[in-house]
Amino acid sequence: MQLRKWAVLGAAALAAAVSLATTAYAQNEQFIPGLVYRTGAYAPNGIPFADGVADYINMLNARDGGINGVKITFEECETGYATDRGVECYERLKGKGPTGAAYFSPLSTGITFALTEKAPGDKIPLLTMGYGRADSRDGAVFTWNFPLMGTYWTAANVAIQHIAKEWGGFDKLKGKKIALLYHDSPYGKEPIAALEIMSKKYGFEFMQIPVPAPGSEQKSQWLQIRQARPDYVLLWGWGVMNSAAVSEAGNVNYPRDKMLGVWWSGAEPDVLPAGDKAKGYKALMLQHPAGKFAVHKDVEKYVTSQGKSLAKPDEVGQVLYNRGLINSMVGIEAIRTAMAKFGNKPMTGEQVRWGFEHLDLSADRIKQLGFDGMMGPLKPSCADHEGTRLSRVHQWDGKEWKVISDYYTGDDTILVPLVKEVAGKYAAEKKITPRDCSKES
Amino acid sequence: MLYREAGQYKVTYEADQAIFPIAQDRFVMLALLVIAFVVVPFVATEYVYRAVLIPVVILGLAAIGLNVLMGYCGQVSLGSGAFMGVGAYAAYNLSVHLPFLNPLVCILLSGFVAAAVGILFGIPSLRIKGFYLACATLAAQFFGDWAFLRIKWITNYTPSGSVNAPSIQLFGLDLNSPTAIYVVALGFTVVLGLATKNLVRGHIGRQWMAIRDMDIAAEIIGVRPMYAKLTAFAVSSFLIGVAGAMWAFLYLGSWEPAAFSIDRSFQLMFMVIIGGLGSILGSVLGAIFIVLLPIFLNQALPPLGALVGWKISTATVSHFEAMIFGALIVFFLVVEPHGLARLWSIAKEKLRLWPFPH
Repeated sequence: MQLRKWAVLGAAALAAAVSLATTAYAQNEQFIPGLVYRTGAYAPNGIPFADGVADYINMLNARDGGINGVKITFEECETGYATDRGVECYERLKGKGPTGAAYFSPLSTGITFALTEKAPGDKIPLLTMGYGRADSRDGAVFTWNFPLMGTYWTAANVAIQHIAKEWGGFDKLKGKKIALLYHDSPYGKEPIAALEIMSKKYGFEFMQIPVPAPGSEQKSQWLQIRQARPDYVLLWGWGVMNSAAVSEAGNVNYPRDKMLGVWWSGAEPDVLPAGDKAKGYKALMLQHPAGKFAVHKDVEKYVTSQGKSLAKPDEVGQVLYNRGLINSMVGIEAIRTAMAKFGNKPMTGEQVRWGFEHLDLSADRIKQLGFDGMMGPLKPSCADHEGTRLSRVHQWDGKEWKVISDYYTGDDTILVPLVKEVAGKYAAEKKITPRDCSKES
Repeated sequence: MLYREAGQYKVTYEADQAIFPIAQDRFVMLALLVIAFVVVPFVATEYVYRAVLIPVVILGLAAIGLNVLMGYCGQVSLGSGAFMGVGAYAAYNLSVHLPFLNPLVCILLSGFVAAAVGILFGIPSLRIKGFYLACATLAAQFFGDWAFLRIKWITNYTPSGSVNAPSIQLFGLDLNSPTAIYVVALGFTVVLGLATKNLVRGHIGRQWMAIRDMDIAAEIIGVRPMYAKLTAFAVSSFLIGVAGAMWAFLYLGSWEPAAFSIDRSFQLMFMVIIGGLGSILGSVLGAIFIVLLPIFLNQALPPLGALVGWKISTATVSHFEAMIFGALIVFFLVVEPHGLARLWSIAKEKLRLWPFPH
């Protein structure tokens, strides 16, 4: 009985304290939400990305006082990579700030699928840099999705291009066996459609090996690989699945330099746990490498040296940390583009969407922003929400990631018909009338 | 005093057998319904709808479904997540292959598909009991996970295996506003919940409870175990299937098989246990508790930390959330093993005397 009374008292006190601590927003602030996962099976990869995202925003606030004088407010919400928690976070954050959330970057393909249904109603763009629905490249159908810098289909195409180059031409692909070891979720399944088309076109045998989430247990899959002896293994994993795959490859002695990961399987947390076994493992790059560039100087000066960052010192300059920086930079440049048209005040989601569609990051502008060497030019449009199809490959030498290739460009003769077909099917299913991009301004 | 039934004479069998024989109960229930249907739409914000009310209402129905099986018929089930998935994918396939059907009709029909699957997986319950049955229903869960991922036909051959719900319309009205979705979900839950309440009070429910309390004795007095157990599986899966279809169509909009994983089964089981086994009200209370508490903790901890000058990071919040949530579940089970529904009936007992206890 005593215990029960205490519980009631405690609950009441808690409720009172929460209702007291309400937050007020100033009028001249741009709100950017952060859907992050700092806990759970995917945290090793979620943390550096989230830190990069936050640090760039903090740096901009400290250095420039925000965007064109509009201060940025930023709030994180933990999703744990779970779709229902992600939806709850989205609902919680979408209305904050004077103009609502500028854009969402959920860093999860599952959450992106769910938010794709909600974003048009709320008029908030989704920035899904290098992930999400591959068919959302078609901006006529997916008005609010921006898979900038690369989709999974582009990744699949570039991966095959790189393999062909290693072997000395596309004709060498004929009769070879390429396996896809993938995370058994929409994320892992996305590239299959593109790989099937290329397998028909180039004549290689395409083998699918699913790994149940979260992917820490892969013994039987690698047994299968040892039996089937594919000539190349594409790795489409995330979180613990990546390091487990690289270690298992070492255990069954599958050559690591015959493994090529997607850009979500090519960061430090994916190879460090595997130790020496990871040496020689290759992965695609979402254009940018690991390492420190001009922008890192400002981040160090204004954020990390001030103790305002959650990032550990060795995390700064890692692949996923850098990707977080780029994610924030691209989003903020879209807000800036929107401000050029609508004025220097907090932008609504609708205005930011316009900004994304009219974003034009030239090589000069990228250099000005301190991202020189991290990415090529990026220019999305109404018809092309991806904006670029460039990618490179890097290899883990046991200590760091070394860039080993030039820029590849995704092959639009393969990608465009597939995007049109699948996006068209989606439009028909959802009864969406695609926009006429020739009339968009 | 407030809750005295003195003076309420029952002169007909109908009055004696009513769901709420006491007038105060009827008023409270009526008031709750009025609040839920009329007052809430005026006060709730969009966030409250989408993050709190709609999940509570939908998962409440699923918990009622599981309670029929676990609480009333005594058959432990760990397959409820899969049955929700069956409902969701059945509704999806109905809407894709029979596009002339209204999505709401699809949601209702999907319950029958789930019921059929439930009967199928209920067959082992005729021979095995207790923990062994839990294992058998666990097989249903894993079979569901496997089928939703591997059988391409179920997901209509979408490349990613993730599918979308159609937009909900009724008589030419677009039902996509949170208020409309909430009212639709609440309508389903109230109507089906009421039907279930009547079922468990009737002869079928009595058979279930007889089986639960002692199956051999029940068999001797003439209850057919096969009929009783399989009807429990059918009714339970029907309700869970409808809830699953609503979860997919009304809450998620687009989903992947992971939405109906084993975690969902456990979540529903916690709802039923915390809410109270063998109680319709308890199922809803359990759903409220399990849905609300993590969200509340997640939002309450940062301002609480700020009060004492401690800036809690997102990761710490979520660790604390898990710890406090777990501790509270243990606390509740120790203090009140019969669940929240029992707390409610204790409160009612006390109210009979209050404020003049002797």
